[in-house]
Formats: sequence, C-alpha cells, structure tokens
Amino acid sequence: MKARHKRLAWIAAGVAALGVATALVLNAFQSNLVFFFSPTDIADNRAPKGRPFRIGGLVVDKSVQRESDGLTVRFEVTDTAKTIPVLYKGILPDLFREGKGVVAQGALQPDGTFRATEVLAKHDENYMPPEAAAAIGKAHVEAQGKRAAQTLEPQPEVLRR
Amino acid sequence: MIPEIGQFALVLAFLLAAIQGTLPLVGAARRIPAWMALARPVAAGQFVFVALAFGCLAYSFVTGDFSVANVATNSNSQLPTAYRFAATWGSHEGSMLLWVLMLASWTVAVAMWSRRLPLEMVARVLGVMGLVSVGFLLFMLATSNPFDRLFPVPADGRDLNPLLQDPGMVIHPPMLYMGYVGFSVAFAFSVAALIGGRLDATWARWSRPWTTLAWCFLTVGIMLGSWWAYYELGWGGWWFWDPVENASFMPWLAGTALIHSLAVTEKRGTFRSWTVLLAICAFSLSLLGTFLVRSGVLTSVHAFATDPRRGIFILAYLLLVVGGSLVLFALRAPKVGGGGRFEPVSRETLLLANNVLLVVACGSVLLGTLYPLFLDALNLGKISVGPPYFDSVFAPIMAPLVFLMGVGPIARWKEARVPDLWALLRWALGVAIVAAVVAPLITGKWTPLVSFGLFLSFWVVAATIVSVRQQIRHAQGGMLVALARQPRAFWGMTLAHLGIAVFIAGVTLVKGFETERDVRMAVGDSVTVGGYAFRFDGVTDRQGPNYRAMRGTFDVSRNGRSIEQLFPEKRVYLSQQMPMTEAAIDTGPFGDLYVSLGEPVGGGAWSVRVYAKPFITWIWGGCLLMAFGGLVALSDRRYRIGKRREQALHGGAGVAAD
Repeated sequence: MKARHKRLAWIAAGVAALGVATALVLNAFQSNLVFFFSPTDIADNRAPKGRPFRIGGLVVDKSVQRESDGLTVRFEVTDTAKTIPVLYKGILPDLFREGKGVVAQGALQPDGTFRATEVLAKHDENYMPPEAAAAIGKAHVEAQGKRAAQTLEPQPEVLRR
Repeated sequence: MIPEIGQFALVLAFLLAAIQGTLPLVGAARRIPAWMALARPVAAGQFVFVALAFGCLAYSFVTGDFSVANVATNSNSQLPTAYRFAATWGSHEGSMLLWVLMLASWTVAVAMWSRRLPLEMVARVLGVMGLVSVGFLLFMLATSNPFDRLFPVPADGRDLNPLLQDPGMVIHPPMLYMGYVGFSVAFAFSVAALIGGRLDATWARWSRPWTTLAWCFLTVGIMLGSWWAYYELGWGGWWFWDPVENASFMPWLAGTALIHSLAVTEKRGTFRSWTVLLAICAFSLSLLGTFLVRSGVLTSVHAFATDPRRGIFILAYLLLVVGGSLVLFALRAPKVGGGGRFEPVSRETLLLANNVLLVVACGSVLLGTLYPLFLDALNLGKISVGPPYFDSVFAPIMAPLVFLMGVGPIARWKEARVPDLWALLRWALGVAIVAAVVAPLITGKWTPLVSFGLFLSFWVVAATIVSVRQQIRHAQGGMLVALARQPRAFWGMTLAHLGIAVFIAGVTLVKGFETERDVRMAVGDSVTVGGYAFRFDGVTDRQGPNYRAMRGTFDVSRNGRSIEQLFPEKRVYLSQQMPMTEAAIDTGPFGDLYVSLGEPVGGGAWSVRVYAKPFITWIWGGCLLMAFGGLVALSDRRYRIGKRREQALHGGAGVAAD
C-alpha cells in the first residue's frame, strides 16, 4: 500500500511539474506571437495599436529617404492597393532595394507611421519574402473581388471565399 | 558522360538499397542465414555506388560542366575550386545526395564494426537503414535528380549564393549531416530491437557509441553553423532561433536526452521503452529538420527553390517512418518490460529529470517552430514566433537542468541519500554562490541575470571537481595515478559537463556585457565601444576572384595606443550583382571586436556596425569541449575489450594490434 501511495505521489508530482512547464511555455508563447498584417489591413484599422507586428510588401520606388544622421531611414511599403510609411533607425540589410519585397517588424505610431525595429534580410536577389508575396497577392485578389462585385450581382458567399 | 555514370550509379544504389531493406529483414524473421548474410555486402555495394554518384557530381562541379542544370545554377567559372567542390552540396539536389552519402557511410561503418553482434541483429539494423535509404534515393530519382542535363548549354553558371562562398560551407553541412544522419543508427538499432523483441543492456551498449558519435558530429555541426552565421551574416548574432537552426537543435536536444537515457539502460537496465522512444524521436526530428529545410516551407538562407511535389514526398515519407516506427513501438513496447527498481532519490531519478527537462525544452522549440507553419497551412493567418519566446521559455527550463547536472554524477545508482549529497556538495554550492556574486563586480556592473548565469557556470565546475574527487577517493597510490586510471567514459562526461559550464559563461558574459553601436562615420571619425576606440580611415576599392569589394580601414586603439587595423568589406559578386557584407573581426580569448560596413551615406561617410563581444568565443569553445568529451567517452576501454574478446574468439584474425 505504501509503495503504491509513493508511486501515486510521484506521478502527481510529475504531472504537476509538467503542468507548470506547459503553463509557462504557453504563456510565453501567447505573449510573444507576432502577427502579420498587410498595408491594406493597416489602412482598414485591422492592425493592433501598441503591440508589435510585421508588415510586408514592396518598397515603393523613390520613397527611400535618409535623414542627416545617416542612420534613420524613411520609406514606404505597398501591397499595390495601400501604402504605409515606415521609419527605421539602423543599418538596412544588403538586399534592401526600392521596388523589391521587404518584411519589417515594429509597431504602429499614433501618426500612422510604422516604426520598424527590424527590417528582415532576404538571402537571394530574386527571392520574395512569402509574407510580402502574400500581402500583394491578397490585395490583388481583393481588388479583383471588388471589381467583380461592382460588375456582377453581389454574391457574398462566393466573395468571402 | 560522367553525369550519366552518376545517374546510373544512383539507380544501382537504389536497387541495392531495396535489396538491403527487404531480404535481410525477411531473412531475420524466417531465420534464413544466407539472406541475413546479404546485409553486409549489399550495404557495402550501396555505399560504393552512392560514393560513385557523389564523385561524379563533384567532378562535374569542379570541372565546371554547365550542361548539368544543377552545376549551371550553383557554380560559375570564376568560382574558386574549393567552393566549386563545396557547391556540390550547395543546392537542394546535391545536399540530398550528401545526405544519402552520409547514410551509406554510417551503414557501412555499422556493417564493419558489428562483428561481435549476432547476425540476426546486424541483418535487422542494416535492413532498417536500407529502408531509410530507399526512401531518400527514390526521392532523389523521382523529384530531385542532381544530374539533370540542360539544353542549350549555358556559357557560364549562375554562381553559388555568395553567402555560401565561405570555408564554413566546406565543413558545416557535412558535419551537420553526419550528426543528423548518425541518429539513423540509433533509430535502426531501436527498431531492430523492437522487431526482434530483444531490448536489454547489451542492446544499449551496442547502440551507445554510435549515438554518442552522431551527437558529437551534430554538436560540432551546430557550433560551426552558429559561428558561420556570426561572422558571415554581418550583424554579429550567434543564434537567431531561426526555424532552420531550431530544426538542427531539436534533434540535438532529443539526442542529448537519448545519450543519458542510454546510460541508464546500459548500467541499470531501466528506462528501456523510453530509450527506444527517444531514439525514434531523435531520428524523426532529424527527418523533420530535413523536411523543414528542404521542402521550402521555411524561408531562410537554407531554403532552395520550392517544388510542391518535393514537400509532399518528404512529408509522406516522414509520416511513414515516424508513424510506422511509433506503431511498432506501441505494439512491442509493452512486452519490453521495466528494469531494476530505484528510489525517488537516486541517479536514475536525476537522469529521468534530465530527460523530462530536455524533452520539454525540445517540445517548446517544436511548438514555436511548427505553430506558424500550421496556421499558415490552414490559412488562419501569418504569424512569427521570435527570439523573445524562445529566450523566455528556454532559460527557465535549462536552469534546473544545469543545476541537476551538478548533482547527477555524484548521486549513487539505485538509492542516494540527501544528507550525503548535501555534505558533498555544500562547499561547491557555497563557492559557486560567492563567486557568482563577486565576479560581476570586477567589471563594475552587477545585474541579477549575469550573476545567476555565472552561478550556474561556477556551480557546474565546482560540482564537477567534487565528482572527480569522489570518483578517486578509494584509489590507491598518488592522485595523478588515480586520475589516470579513471575510465575514459568518466572523463568524457566530465569534459562534456565542463563544456556546458564554459558555454553558459560565454552566453552570460556576451548577453550581459556586449556593446553594439550602429553609427554614421565620416573619414577620420572615431567611436569608442567597450573601451576601444575605432577610427575610420576611409574606403578603398579591391578586386577579388569573382567579386569587387569596397574595403574599409579601421584603426583600433586602446588608451591612445594603436593595437591593430581591421578591414571590413562590402562586396558585390559579379555574376548576379549580389551585395554581401564581410565583417572584420578581431578574435581573442576574452572577447571579439567586430566591425562591419553598412552602406555609404554620402560625403565619403558610411553607416557602420561597431560591436564589442566579450567572451563570445567561449560559446563555441564550450561546444567543442562537449564534442571532445563525447569522443573521449567513445574511446572508453569497455568498447574495446569487447573487440579483443571477439578477436580471441575468431582466432585473432582481422586487425592484429588494437
């Protein structure tokens, strides 16, 4: 009987420890998820305020401006439908180019500027970050959807899909 | 002609692997010695043909045969020869071939060094490895043939991605793959034991050295990758919790747990089912890593052109291997039975805690790596899980693990007494606490986290010293004689544990005291970082073999005295006009100075990264020490005694000297 109690106690302790670990992990997980929003999402106020997230799209041609300190850079990111101004202080990755795909992590400022803490590097010249590609693809689909909605009878179910 | 020979060799290797994966297994089941005996020669044959295929591909790369599509996309006539050779595994197809070559090498090694194993066991182990190989060879032949020809033949190749043009490329992938694939041996031993129903201490002893060796390779492979990222990516980090890094780290965590659990199974016969499950997990995670990296679902420097067929193939293969082995486990494990009993306070319990913590850590990495992929696959949105998650989860799991690491080697098997442990360890604990409180004061900046990190490091060192003293307490003769007489396995463990201490010290000091400054510097400007003054002396042009470079000159001085000059570069690789940052690093035992060029910001000025990274080399030094410990443990006498006994049995035929 005693041995059995002991074993039960051990199993209980093990389960408790595992529970604590799980709680710890899930809690950290929940508070550190970084969501992705396209410029259109941001323009539609779907992006969170005061919480970091990622945006992606193309760097607008001739939008990159450098301030006099040499490190602060302003540029615009577009998904071809909407455009968001971005501010970044730091050194840009090697393959950052106007007209090319980019992903940035940061938070939205009250004035509507996205303040990036990190601008992500690509590793290949012809490679488009999938988030950026997705943002552009989505804007494209939505634009087509709107056009379809204007020309045809509204078919909400089809459109939602 | 040569590529066709390679292709043909690959097909033959596939056929031989198919034989290796079937006949010996059937032979073992039906007790047909002739079929079982096929395993060794067929494994050797498969190795020969895979090696031939690899040689053909390497030849095509080195000679620059751009009629091969793989060569044309990943090499260039201006590429230096060493990188042309390394480019063999610079592509998706080539790296798969390297994977299979490693698998064939491990298989042949097992075939050679398994003379004292029962034929039945050898047949099953090699059979399982053959099945693994069948999957990969079929994958290559069906979806990613490295020898595909290109017509019309281009005049020159597209060149290897400049990021990969580095000595790291020559050595990091082979090391990492040796580790990844090496776990297939432990996996094969486990599956073979499950099939045969023979899971005992002997089985653990057989698979132990193979597992340790694979673990050593994986450790070195990961360490090289970390070091390479540090000096090549140009922003001075050494670990990014990038999904691809995680993909290599998860098998490492599972493998570390496996090494410890194998020790228990060998010494005490306990944890058998658990050990088998861990072996299956470690290899499954290796396969998962291959899937993540090679299928293109992840975006990183390691991801190549995506082909959905490939992803689906690897995924199906993964499900087959993992699912199949887990079903086998579920059917057979209940028959395996438990082992010796042990008390709540004992070395067994401590090693169990080690295993649980490592598996939880591995699970948390798995969650952070796969969850974004799941959401994306189900179209529920795109998210990313960044370093903050891993940092905040990993440290609390690792801290108790490291603490227990000090206690484990001192605790006795079966039953240990807490008062004894306390009596042995209280001095170590006291010394570690005092040292951890005092040491950061030397630098003038005391923070709780640095102090805690150093405490763990000092604790491991102090407790390890206690364990060595404890080990030699009954020895006769002088202390040095006694030390020399300890088994190599003990020294291996001791060194590996000290490696952890060195690693923790490195991480703590880098995190606590590093200085990173991104600044704009005009010619003649100076910036002070970490007590060193960096003066920018301008940029000159330089011509490399296949790139043009802007080379900056920085004069580093301390207390007004010039110490040295650093030359970071900004390169443009000619064939694709791809820019690359080449950092200049002054490496020292107590810290690195790191300078890399950002971009020109007008008027001859540049944006520049200037970093001081104290003790960063200790991170990699610690990893090397761990791997070295593993090698020392491998050279333990008890693995060789068996060999001698076996030689005596066979009348001394074979190797004459040990």
